[in-house]
Order: sequence, then structure tokens, then C-alpha cells
Amino acid sequence: MRVIGLAAAISLTLGAAAASETRVRIGYIGVEQPAPPVLSNLDPVPDDRALAGARLGLADNQTTGKFMGQEWILSETLVPEGGDALAAARAALAATRVLVLDAPAETLTAIADLPEAEGALLFNATAPDAALRDGACRANLFHTLPSDAMRADALAQFLVQRRWTDVALVSGAHPRDHAFAEALKASIAKFRLTLTGEKEWVFDADMRRNASAEVPLFTQELGEHDVLLVADEIGDFGRYVVYNTWLPRPVAGSEELVPQAWSPVVEQWGAAQLQSRFEDQAHRDMTPEDYAAWAAIRTLGEAVTRTGSDDIAVLRDYILSDAFELAGFKGRPLSFRPWNGQLRQPIPIVTDRAVVATAPLEGFFHQGNELDTLGRDAPETTCRAFQE
Amino acid sequence: MLRLTTALALLAATPAFADEIWVTNEKDNTISVIDTDTLEVTRTLETGERPRGITFSHDYSRVYICASDSDAVQVMDPVSGEILHDLPSGEDPEQFVLHPDDRRLYIANEDDAITTVVDTETRRVVAQIDVGIEPEGMAVSPDGKIVITTSETTNMAHWIDTETETIFANTLVDSRPRHAEFVKDGAELWVSAEIGGTVTVFDTATQAEKARIRFAIKGVHEDLIQPVGFELTPDGKTAFVALGPANHVAVVNAETWEVEDYLLVGRRVWHMAFDGDHSRLFTTNGISGDVTVIDVARREALKTVKVGRFPWGAAYRPTGG
Repeated sequence: MRVIGLAAAISLTLGAAAASETRVRIGYIGVEQPAPPVLSNLDPVPDDRALAGARLGLADNQTTGKFMGQEWILSETLVPEGGDALAAARAALAATRVLVLDAPAETLTAIADLPEAEGALLFNATAPDAALRDGACRANLFHTLPSDAMRADALAQFLVQRRWTDVALVSGAHPRDHAFAEALKASIAKFRLTLTGEKEWVFDADMRRNASAEVPLFTQELGEHDVLLVADEIGDFGRYVVYNTWLPRPVAGSEELVPQAWSPVVEQWGAAQLQSRFEDQAHRDMTPEDYAAWAAIRTLGEAVTRTGSDDIAVLRDYILSDAFELAGFKGRPLSFRPWNGQLRQPIPIVTDRAVVATAPLEGFFHQGNELDTLGRDAPETTCRAFQE
Repeated sequence: MLRLTTALALLAATPAFADEIWVTNEKDNTISVIDTDTLEVTRTLETGERPRGITFSHDYSRVYICASDSDAVQVMDPVSGEILHDLPSGEDPEQFVLHPDDRRLYIANEDDAITTVVDTETRRVVAQIDVGIEPEGMAVSPDGKIVITTSETTNMAHWIDTETETIFANTLVDSRPRHAEFVKDGAELWVSAEIGGTVTVFDTATQAEKARIRFAIKGVHEDLIQPVGFELTPDGKTAFVALGPANHVAVVNAETWEVEDYLLVGRRVWHMAFDGDHSRLFTTNGISGDVTVIDVARREALKTVKVGRFPWGAAYRPTGG
């Protein structure tokens, strides 16, 4: 009985703490971007991509928060195509100092540069651009989606491990395709693979009808290689390359064997629980962007809980410190790179049906954190904003 | 003379005292029963889907199994291996603990953020308690007054008063708490944190943190050292802590909280159980699909026993008299 008596006294003090509630409001801004036309209609982009992940993150924070006297609120703003994203950001920043953003790179930096955003905490959940983690970085802009470089490095590690060292590359014409192709080429150099040939996808016919006729000839000119890399980030032509290559070679990159921040096939490390929580709520599979938005909001939840503070400067310091760790269902604690605000994370390399490997792969060492073998490391970064 | 006695004891022991370790195979929907003398699998029993937590009634006449994906706790006759009936368990039961009253089963419902209390006699749900996200670790104090649920994503130990079936305290631990046990006659509560890489020791009376045990293995990155299941010797002096993908079990001095040794076992070691006289410890190795048998006194691995796919829980069953 004595134990319970004592305990009751303590719960009273906890109860008192709960009464003085911490209320955290997070602004979510989704900027609609035109969807590029693609050949296949098989994979529509969900309307609530990223947003559904943010909502789940908020629900997770809410459940945890109720034991800590925290209340979490998500204010959602959707900016239609051609709408004024900066005005939406200004309005959101008047109500909160914390934003999760689904917007293209140039909009992200414009929001980060607003006078109203000074000292705020912004999370980029959907833009993989290298520049945002390098020269165009901002001290108030964190990134929970992995960069193109992190994904490309993950795949390159896998190729090295399998000794598939000669690779050819086919890339699409969309700027996203170009960006990922550039990242792949940088990783090829970084991990000392050999690029045997490179071509741009130029067909404008409907590949569902003539892929088998065109692709063999198109890929014949790429020379001898172990693997064909495809940079087709918008999902246009890659699916028609698989099994239609001149040489019988595996396809990897944007198609077939894909390095992803998250995928429905990830189930280890408790991931099955996150997947089923997401599916119950959103009635669809969880995308990498959903995962990144979820991680941004869980980062805030973790920081508020561990510091017992809702002061933005305190939270920012904590998030960038060694003490911060996020359990992100990927088998290792996730943390932020203090040189550019990028969330460190393992990258699963997946097919539609299974996780083939998870980078960093065994044998890729780093003097600090093995996760920093993926993407821009401290000595290479041109980001200076975080040093101030 | 001594040798003779030992030989006689062995002879007598083999048929009569062949105790068992029961291991749930998460991805095979089976239980592997290991004979503690021969260290061989003697029976493989079918269960519901994704069996994880396993525990015996106090007289060992019943075995309770969390069949997570069947959304049921199954009750099995350990002699025949037959499922007698299911208990209502709430959704996705992962782990549970049987109250000292031998009646109330406290079940962590991983998908629902709930702890369900089931009366195993009336087969009815007595209470459901809201806890944090992904509840998993379950413990009960020896006097039965306190039950603990740890929640993996909320990173807390929730302290439940078993008289009122309500939470009376919440204590933060490091990331992804997995397992909890009251030790030293209930004076301390230990909670492992998989991603945090620590075991937190609480003083039961005050719920105050007393210590945090950390681990370091040469050649293994600290991020891969992920404490999950653990057990203490009955004298409360030594703890064995499974370190998941570090593929080692740590031997911890439970009085100074210092790590004394690391024993190499199979891949992604999860949970463990002692045999009857606590001379051997059986660890489930999830990825390698086997069980490592550890000699407790000598602190070394004796043998690896192949079981089903993704072995998870382990429980001891005496069979002799």
C-alpha cells in the first residue's frame, strides 16, 4: 500500500504539470505543383502526399503529449497552383514559429528568407535538391527527406558490394531526372564505379505499345555494363525499359531496384506498426514524402518532450545536438547533420516486393557516424549558414 | 564418489527431468520446444499468426501465446500442444504479463495504444487502459500492485495501479523501450531502450531514475547496440541483456550496473529464458533463426539450436514431477 500511496503523491505533481499545458501549433503548407505528364496512368500521385504523413506525426505526438501535458495542433494550408505561397507562409508564421513544408526548392528558400521566418523552424519534407543542403542552405531550414545524393550513394554502395562496377545510365529530360542523374554520376565517381555509357531518353511515342521494339536498340549503344541505371524520377519511361534491354541486365535507380527514404515493403524494425497506423488513417501506402513529413513532426515531438520547452531556440539547439535521436523505424537512431540540417537516415534499397538491402551497407566506414557515408559529409559541404 | 553421484543423477534425470524451453517463431506461426538436456527440438507446435509473447500459468498447466496477427491470446495445453481456446485480447497483442493472482493477464495491444486486462477464468476483458504508442514491454511487481507498460514510440514506462487499473505515473526513458522487469524483489524496475541503447533503472518506490546502463562493444557501431530482452539471476546480482543487431548478450553486474562481459550469440538477439536451476540461458536470435544456449556460470555459449523463422519469445517449462 505504501508504494501506491507514494505513487499517488507523485502523480499529483505530474497532474499539476499537465495543467500548465504546453501547446504547440505546427503550420503545414502544401504548395501544389503541376504534375508532369507520364506515359502510364498506373500510379497516380495521392492528393494528400506528405500531408497524410504530417497528420500521422501529429496524432503520434498527441498520444505521447497527453501524458506530458502537451497539446499539438496542425494548421493546414494548401496553396493551389499559381497561388501565393509566400503570403500563405507569412500568415502561418504569424500564428506559429514551426512550419512543415511541401514546396519546390525555390519556394522553400524564399519562405526561409522572409523576415517573418527569422528564428523560425522550417522543415522541408518533399524537396530532394542537392543545393538546399549545400550552397542554397538556410539556417532555419531543416530537411527530413533524404537528398538525391543520399539515395544515389546508397545505391552505389550496393553496386560496390555486389561488384557490379560497370554501369550505364539512361536519364529522362525532366529537371528532376537531370538532378537525380547528376547525383548518380557523382556517386559513381565517389565510390569508384565506371560509367560505360550514357544516353538521354528521347522517345515521345507511346511506349506501352512499342517498348519491346525500341528499347533493345536504344540500349544496344550503351556498351558492355553490369547494371543499367535509369534516372526517371517522374515515373515516365523507366517501367518500359525493364526486361527490354539489349543485354540481359538488371535495372536500378528510379526503376526496379530503387533507393527510397521509405516504401510499403519496409517492415523490419517495427516498421510494420508505422505502416499499419498510416494505412488505417490514410487508406493508402506511405510514400517517402509522407515519411519525411511524419519524421519532421516527430522530431518536434521528441524535442519538446525531452527539453520540456517550446522555445524555438532551445528546440533548434537540441535538435542539432548529439543528445537528439529519433526512433524512425529504420533500425538506427536518426539525427540531424549539424552542418546542413539534413536528417541522417538509413536508405532502404527496394523492389516493389521486398527490401533488397539497407544502406549504409556493411564495410562502408566513417570516422563519426556510418550514416554520413550517404550524402554530403561535413568536409565537402558548401553550406555555411549553420556555422553562424 | 562425487562422480558416481553425478552419473546417477544424470541417469535419473534424463527421462524424468527433461525440462523444456518454449520458443515462439514469429514468421513460422509455430512454437519450437527445446529439451534442456539434449538441447534438441523435440516438438514443433502450430499457433495462430505471428506468435510473440509466451508465458505459462503458475502451475504450468496452461501456456498463453500472443498470436499478434490473429488478434488473439491463445491458450494451449502444453502436454498435448492443442489450442484450448482464445482469449479476447484487443488488437495486435505483442507481449503480456500474468499477474501474481494467476488470473489477470495484462496485454500490450501494439496497434491500438491500449493495455488490455483479461480475466483468464471468465475470459472477459476487465479493463482497457490508454497508454502510449506501440505498447510492448510488460512487467508486474512481485506484490502484484503495479503493472508496467512501456510504449515504443512514446518512449515511456506507464505505471498502472492494479487496484484501480489506472495509470498513476509516467516516466520517460530513452528511445524505443522494449522490455521491462521488476527485479530485486520489486525494489527496482529495469527498462531497456532499443534505439536509445540503454537500460534505465528506476527505484520502484519513488519512480525516480537510479541509473542508466550503457554498452560498448569493440568493432560494433554504437547505433547497432540495441538492448531488448533481459533477465536477472535469482540472486539479483547478474543481468543478461540481449543487444539485438549487435549479436551479443551483455553480462551486467546488477549491483554496480557495470558491464562485465559480452557474449557472442546469433543474429538480432531478442529475448531469453533461464532453465529450471538457472544454470543455462536460452536466447532467441531473430535473424539467424536459432537459439543460443549459454552456460551461466562460465559465461560462454555452449550450443546453437536451430528453430523456426524469426524466433522471438522464450519461456521455461518444467516437466519433471
